[in-house]
Amino acid sequence: MSTTVTVPSGSGASPAAGPAPQPQREIVRHWATPITFAVLTVISLLVFALGASGESATFRISTEADAVQIPDIVAPTVPVGWIITLLLAALTVWGLLSVRRRGTVPGWGSAAFAVLFVAGFLVWVVGAADTTTVFLTGLIAGAFVLAVPLIFGSMAGVLSERAGVVNIAIEGQLLAGAFTAAVTGSVTGSVWAGLLAAVVAGALVSALLAVFSIRYLVNQVIVGVVLNVLVAGLTSFLFSTLLSSDSARFNSPPHFESIRIPVLADIPVIGPILFDQTVLGYGMYLIVAALYVGLFRTRWGLRVRAVGEHPKAADTVGINVLRTRYVNVLLAGAIAGMGGAFFTLVNSSSFSKEMTAGQGFIALAAVIFGRWNPIGAFFAALLFGFATNMQYVLAILGTPVPSQFMAMLPYLVTILVVAGLVGRSRGPAAAGTPYVKE
Amino acid sequence: MKLELRGITKKFGAFTANDSIDLTVESGQVHSLLGENGAGKSTLMNVLFGLYEPTAGEIRVDGTPVRFGGPGEAMAAGIGMVHQHFMLIPVFTVAENVALGDEHTRAGGILDLETTRRRIREISDRFGFHVDPDALVEDLPVGVQQRVEIIKALVRDARVLILDEPTAVLTPQETDELLDIIRQLRDSGTAIVFISHKLREVKAISTQITVLRRGRVVGTADPGADQSELAALMVGRDVVLNRAKSAPTLGEETFTVSNLTVLSPDGVRLVDDVSFGIRQGEVLAVAGVQGNGQTELTEAIMGLHKAQGSIRLDGEELLGRTTRQVIRAGVGYVPEDRSTDGLVGPFTVAENLVLNRYDRPPAGNGLQLDPKAIRRLAQKRVQEFDIRTQGVDLPVGTLSGGNQQKVVMARELVDDLKLFIASQPTRGVDVGSIEFLHERIIRERDSGTPVMIVSTELDEVLDLADRIAVMYHGRIIGIVPGNTSRDDLGLMMAGIDPAASPQDTTPKGATA
Repeated sequence: MSTTVTVPSGSGASPAAGPAPQPQREIVRHWATPITFAVLTVISLLVFALGASGESATFRISTEADAVQIPDIVAPTVPVGWIITLLLAALTVWGLLSVRRRGTVPGWGSAAFAVLFVAGFLVWVVGAADTTTVFLTGLIAGAFVLAVPLIFGSMAGVLSERAGVVNIAIEGQLLAGAFTAAVTGSVTGSVWAGLLAAVVAGALVSALLAVFSIRYLVNQVIVGVVLNVLVAGLTSFLFSTLLSSDSARFNSPPHFESIRIPVLADIPVIGPILFDQTVLGYGMYLIVAALYVGLFRTRWGLRVRAVGEHPKAADTVGINVLRTRYVNVLLAGAIAGMGGAFFTLVNSSSFSKEMTAGQGFIALAAVIFGRWNPIGAFFAALLFGFATNMQYVLAILGTPVPSQFMAMLPYLVTILVVAGLVGRSRGPAAAGTPYVKE
Repeated sequence: MKLELRGITKKFGAFTANDSIDLTVESGQVHSLLGENGAGKSTLMNVLFGLYEPTAGEIRVDGTPVRFGGPGEAMAAGIGMVHQHFMLIPVFTVAENVALGDEHTRAGGILDLETTRRRIREISDRFGFHVDPDALVEDLPVGVQQRVEIIKALVRDARVLILDEPTAVLTPQETDELLDIIRQLRDSGTAIVFISHKLREVKAISTQITVLRRGRVVGTADPGADQSELAALMVGRDVVLNRAKSAPTLGEETFTVSNLTVLSPDGVRLVDDVSFGIRQGEVLAVAGVQGNGQTELTEAIMGLHKAQGSIRLDGEELLGRTTRQVIRAGVGYVPEDRSTDGLVGPFTVAENLVLNRYDRPPAGNGLQLDPKAIRRLAQKRVQEFDIRTQGVDLPVGTLSGGNQQKVVMARELVDDLKLFIASQPTRGVDVGSIEFLHERIIRERDSGTPVMIVSTELDEVLDLADRIAVMYHGRIIGIVPGNTSRDDLGLMMAGIDPAASPQDTTPKGATA
């Protein structure tokens, strides 16, 4: 949905040869964002303001055990509902005006709108619940935990696609990692052996993807989908035959212990979120940072990005395109495998059928929302993790919204974000295209 | 440095692209490789650059035989190449593109682009390139992108520089500047291989000329040789270089475009308020460097692009109609890229010949095709247009470029046309077919059809046009008579209207 209008742009009468003349450009107006704003404002008015029930919602921040106590936030539902609706309406008007003036709504405007809307939703839903108190720090900490496999998965996507291979198989890599980590961990009794096995399993799934898409030029999306189905089928089969036959032996993996960093972990709110994690959690931050620096600051990254953008140009300056792609796809699989290990070595007691439940696909959405940038994908994955955790927490509180609708929340957020807010984002130009030397 | 190719043969299956070719280049020389499209020039250079493995023969550097496993090894041996299609990454900066594959790094593999920037500035200053190391390549005009390619080779200390059809994308002025740069490089001791099919440039720059035809060296010449002599050598028979065409018999102005504007998705005016008319029996040639809105202009007329303004044919508005309706209104259209837009490669010659009327008699009736009638129709067209094919049932993709183009032309030049549009009608086509296709276009004009030709080749424009419209950055800079001088057209192609600017318009360093 866009309209255009001419804006007088100087005389433009003297384009001289030599330096590049500026092409005439017109403002293309994208009305989708302010219209989304307007619709959500109306929902806020009807639900959060007029539909407010209950007295107030209480958000606890500190536990009794904390050294520093921060008082609870008590939000009266009706006034907060109205205030937020008014603020949203103001942002909508501002959004409409800024589209009229310059074509788009700035990104921070969308972010502010989203934060306000989420706040309004939380106050409304908690206020109307059976228990009107929610532990806010726990809600956020839980989001970080749930985001871990998403972040690992999205790093796998970023790495693979930056090198020019579309990685739809993240789901399969996660699941393979989860399964082998559980089995190897159980049999050997070592978490480290389990983690190593998960890395190898993820890389193996990747190896299939790499061989079929790089060597045999099969459509990368189709190979990815097929691999997902293959891994799901294989692990389900082994689960119901091997694992169920003797689950004490095959499906009782050991678990990584949390490592609490003294002092830092006592900082209110962020302490327990950032500094009380397992090895996998800390490793994840290292991987995100390493990938960011690696891709954008090093020789290796320059070459990887060149291969993903214009493989032939990379080839003509002596870069081995196919080897670069193989290495990156394998590395991506290894990273996703680690994310898979998180399921069985940290988060749940044992492996269960298709326990990744589509997280690989949400990770893929995080790659796009994060614009193929490790840091961007990290925050996108966090958002999706938050939506998932909200669903769990609200189910416990007992909200008026049917649980089936709450279960849709993470997927709804994914669709809204990718379709409504991302707009046209440009990925690596050669992603999905095999490279063939004549 | 002395580079020798000895008996280089390159076969692709049964097809011999290069047949025992000998070539020697020495520093301080410009050795031109002259030949038609498909003569094997690019194949030979790709062999030299390590992109192809030769089937037989050897490459010697200063007398020692070498073998290049890939472009990296060729570069290490001091060979640089400026490819016809630039090997630059659009979303990278100039410095990143130049550094790629030969990066300076600090500890831990961290990129050190500062050294590269300094080298770029040095080279840029020495040759007057005016290249900003931090500019994004996709924002640069093609002429500057080409300089980035040259810098890429020079940074790697190339002592042999291969330029593959370097002037194909340049304005005449940019071409002159490039030739100056080549002379400077030659004088500083670089050996240059200049690949081209343009006689004028080859004569202006070369110290030696080798002519290729069908993969073989058919002769060598010195730059003093006569143009028609070189042309005959290149084509294999005598060619008429400048055919005089009869004066047009002008009728009414039945085709008019007024205030046509086409926008890109992000708001760039690809076609900017363009107005012109074509009379019956007239050829209007739209000249300009590739990418100045010509493609979008023709696509807007054909209903392939959203546009604002008005397009009228015989008093009826075409804008807003579907492509099928535009074709039914009597428009014949030859798209600029025959392999992607003009033909369906795996379809047979016969099928391709009815792509625009498969649903009406005699080819079919909308429900079913009549294969016999289609074959009969095809056989007739194949004869009329002298299409060299083993049969009308062969996939069109197996034909040579010239014959493929004849198929497209034969399909579009139907009876009772109201308008004929041809984009790049002879791109990548051999000289024999060019003559034939030009003759058909003029014949169509003489039958009273308004004809619009879009071409980036100035020779073609001058051969065909009764009037010439020059496009620059989406606008029509001016519409001038068909006998306008090359220099004036060149200026217009660079965005300068010679009629409008009274200051000095003589181009510097005009070539022969």
